[in-house]
Amino acid sequence: MPSSTAVEIAKAVQSGARSAVDVVSERLAAIEKIDGRLGAFLGVDRNAALAEAREADRRVKEGERLPLAGVPVAIKDNLCCVGYACTCGSRMLETWRPPYDATVVARLKAAGAVVIGKTNLDEFAMGSSCENSAYKPTRNPWDLARTPGGSSGGSAAAVAAALAPLALGSDTGGSIRQPAAFSGVVGFKPTYGRVSRYGLVAFASSLDQIGPFARTVEDAALCTRIIAGRDERDATSADQPLDDLVAELKTPVRGLTIGLPDEYFGDAVDDDVKAAVTSAAKALEKAGVQSVRVKLPHTPYAIPVYYIVATAEASSNLARFDGVHYGRRAKGAADVGALFAESRREGFGAEVRRRILLGTYCLSSGYYDAYYDRALRVRSLIARDFSLAFGQCDAVLCPVTPTPAFKIGEKSDDPLKMYLSDVLTGACNLAGLPGLTVPCGFATRDGAKLPVGAQLIGPRWSESLLFRLGRAIEASAGVVDVASPLAEEVR
Amino acid sequence: MSVADWEPVIGLEVHCQLGTATKMFCGCAYRFGAPANALVCPTCLGLPGSLPAPNRRAVELAVRVGLALGAKIAAVTKFDRKHYFYPDLPKGYQISQFDKPITYDGRLELAFTGSGKSVGIVRAHLEEDAGKNVHEEGGPHSLVDLNRCGVPLLEIVSAPDLRSSKEAYDYLTELKLLLKTLEVSECDMEKGSLRCDVNVSVRKKGAERFGVRCEIKNLNSFKAVERAIDFEVARQVAVLEADGAIHEETRLWDDEKGETRLMRRKESSPDYRYFPDPDLPPFTVDPAWVERIRAATPESPTAKLARYVGALGLSDYDARVLIQDPETCRYFEETARLSGDAKAAANWVTSELFGLMKGGIALSEVKVRPQHLAELIALIKDGTLNVRSARDVLAKQYENPRPAKEYVAELGLTQVSDRADLAAMMKKALDANPKAVADLKAGKEKAAGAIVGAVMRETKGRANPALLNEILAELLKATP
Repeated sequence: MPSSTAVEIAKAVQSGARSAVDVVSERLAAIEKIDGRLGAFLGVDRNAALAEAREADRRVKEGERLPLAGVPVAIKDNLCCVGYACTCGSRMLETWRPPYDATVVARLKAAGAVVIGKTNLDEFAMGSSCENSAYKPTRNPWDLARTPGGSSGGSAAAVAAALAPLALGSDTGGSIRQPAAFSGVVGFKPTYGRVSRYGLVAFASSLDQIGPFARTVEDAALCTRIIAGRDERDATSADQPLDDLVAELKTPVRGLTIGLPDEYFGDAVDDDVKAAVTSAAKALEKAGVQSVRVKLPHTPYAIPVYYIVATAEASSNLARFDGVHYGRRAKGAADVGALFAESRREGFGAEVRRRILLGTYCLSSGYYDAYYDRALRVRSLIARDFSLAFGQCDAVLCPVTPTPAFKIGEKSDDPLKMYLSDVLTGACNLAGLPGLTVPCGFATRDGAKLPVGAQLIGPRWSESLLFRLGRAIEASAGVVDVASPLAEEVR
Repeated sequence: MSVADWEPVIGLEVHCQLGTATKMFCGCAYRFGAPANALVCPTCLGLPGSLPAPNRRAVELAVRVGLALGAKIAAVTKFDRKHYFYPDLPKGYQISQFDKPITYDGRLELAFTGSGKSVGIVRAHLEEDAGKNVHEEGGPHSLVDLNRCGVPLLEIVSAPDLRSSKEAYDYLTELKLLLKTLEVSECDMEKGSLRCDVNVSVRKKGAERFGVRCEIKNLNSFKAVERAIDFEVARQVAVLEADGAIHEETRLWDDEKGETRLMRRKESSPDYRYFPDPDLPPFTVDPAWVERIRAATPESPTAKLARYVGALGLSDYDARVLIQDPETCRYFEETARLSGDAKAAANWVTSELFGLMKGGIALSEVKVRPQHLAELIALIKDGTLNVRSARDVLAKQYENPRPAKEYVAELGLTQVSDRADLAAMMKKALDANPKAVADLKAGKEKAAGAIVGAVMRETKGRANPALLNEILAELLKATP
């Protein structure tokens, strides 16, 4: 029997059956007990968390209705949160403490949630395994020899190990959905523009989107509902109506159609992963959802296009880390040019440097048209593939990853192999679409029982639809009822 | 061969800070001279995670300038990032506009200052200002003040249509007058709200092709622009006449030495890697919005001059003095409206009031308001005050702006306009000055001064001068 969900905790705290301080103390103790082995957190401030919990209790006592009363949330360490360093998993920002809360953090706090700590990630969210963190790898709660995925691996592992019922991550090319699949939890990347990026340290601005990790679809829907909405500080955030995502879960899925894209069920995808996703389609059929085959012909270009767009934007976004104003500053630089160069060399890890170089090259005079501009044109073709597919179906159902969680060290020497683990998730970001990972089964590797995720991708602003379909898969797959071995220890 | 055989070809890039209440992409205000790093927030500091949100007002002011230049307004425009590393640029890039400027393809006529020549405007685009590096005198550190970071700038790029340093000077004067009159910028070079870079090349007179150009930076006054162009033209001509070649390069003006010197060659100029800023979606400029901006755009300097000289009947000189500053125009027009006499209003503002303002005080800080001036003008008209007394009242009001009537009563300044009293005094003066009477009868009109002066002395300067002249004529006629 897994631990309490966010909905259950909020209900208990709101009703006075439990105090937020009690809930938070219990999760702090769990972190204390297992995070040494798991490595999900980079920063935990016990006193700050308890102070926030007391504040939530006080507000409840004063009669405020808080949708996340006393719910512990873990925050990916590329989101600004006052009181915590915001390292982005990088030596560059080891000591940088932001003077402001990200909009999503402020909204969670306003809803009564309690920040329980900052979670590990691949440096500046660049990676698919959490091995690129400058501080430590995070391990998979289902098998400690494996990665939890990345880049939001710390947040995924924290939820999968029941150290927090909710966590926030960011998804640029799959960084929420892929670790959710590897870790057996729900992970959601909202439509681009649905959630304010203010306070998210940018990796690739046109692709980045913040979203939740949760054990249940209902929790993910609740969290999304709270963090979503127009923010005047983010010019790319949209003023778009949003349903009551939790209430809408009750609307039946009968009569909807899902599309199964041929290109996402190819040879590169393991058979048992395909089988688990197919079983999710079958479960939906039982609930009255028709399935059809669809084509997304430009899928093979998603990875090259993604790595041009993302690295180009990253090379620009990371230009601000120059050692002058904050963050790491090289000592003894001869002049200001050397100060820039040496600070960046010392502060950035190999993968970050590689991507900055790639992106700088793509934007350089004489190469812009051949790379960046062409990538943008192919990007629009990828988006058009989806638009055409949505003429035949309400949402696409496909695998999240070709394989279950891989082992730590298995791909870390081969960047290209690592890049290919985004093959099924990148297109969704390029098209700006919402994408949901729902656990749909298990696969066994080397005797370890590893979760497999199904991915639902819908048209822009179709959050509610995806959560309803996700809820139907969740109900039949039963993964939600199984706790990871590590979660068993702290439930 | 000499300089006279060559034709200079000059284009100017003018940066003006837009006078918006807040910066280009955040809610911070900006004030020149504020304590260092006091006017900043995560966005203008470029802190990780911060994002820009465009200032609608800055876009409006840019459109206003575009309309006044007869330029096209982009239907769709966007912001781009321009990358370079410098300590005063905290994001490592400047948000600017690359290939879709907000306004383009306009003209500026040198109507006020010069020949009436029409100068092409290639484009005007929005961008954010950078901070300022402060070099400690003799100290080991350089400091950075980021207050100025994110202040909206409009960069106005002229076509290479200017042919002399004088024309460049006139263009700047004309453009500054336009920008001030449109109330988009203070245009104060000393405070950095107006900056200018110059592109100069030379070609043989009659040649069609342009020569290789050099860009000159670090120009701190219009005078410096003029001198730098003259120096640069002479330098380029000397090089070319010695069969040398001009290289495309950026040069710095040294105002003390009066020379330009090499800063960098084109080959070593940075690759700015422009690309569309993904934080700022392209936006459409709604034609209805443009029309609203057009309707709210202040009158241009030429239209204003025509109105002041035509409808209001001012002298060309007075009109031009007033037009230099929008605040002065507002003050003058209010005085004219309240007094119903534009000419008198212009005179009282430009001669009398300006005469009292010392030490660079701004009109907005002056305690005497248009209603005070209008009251004085009315008191002169109804004969209560003569001009000389009115001046004395104004001087008092300048220190303490009480109503003029109070000063008139207190100082006993009421004009003496009683015909009988004045005639009696005049008779006395004539009797005491037989020589002056004789002179007057002999047609020496200057002799009147002694008589009128005597009466003025007796009335302590309060006699109605027009009436005095009248009485004198009558009395002379009556005297055999």
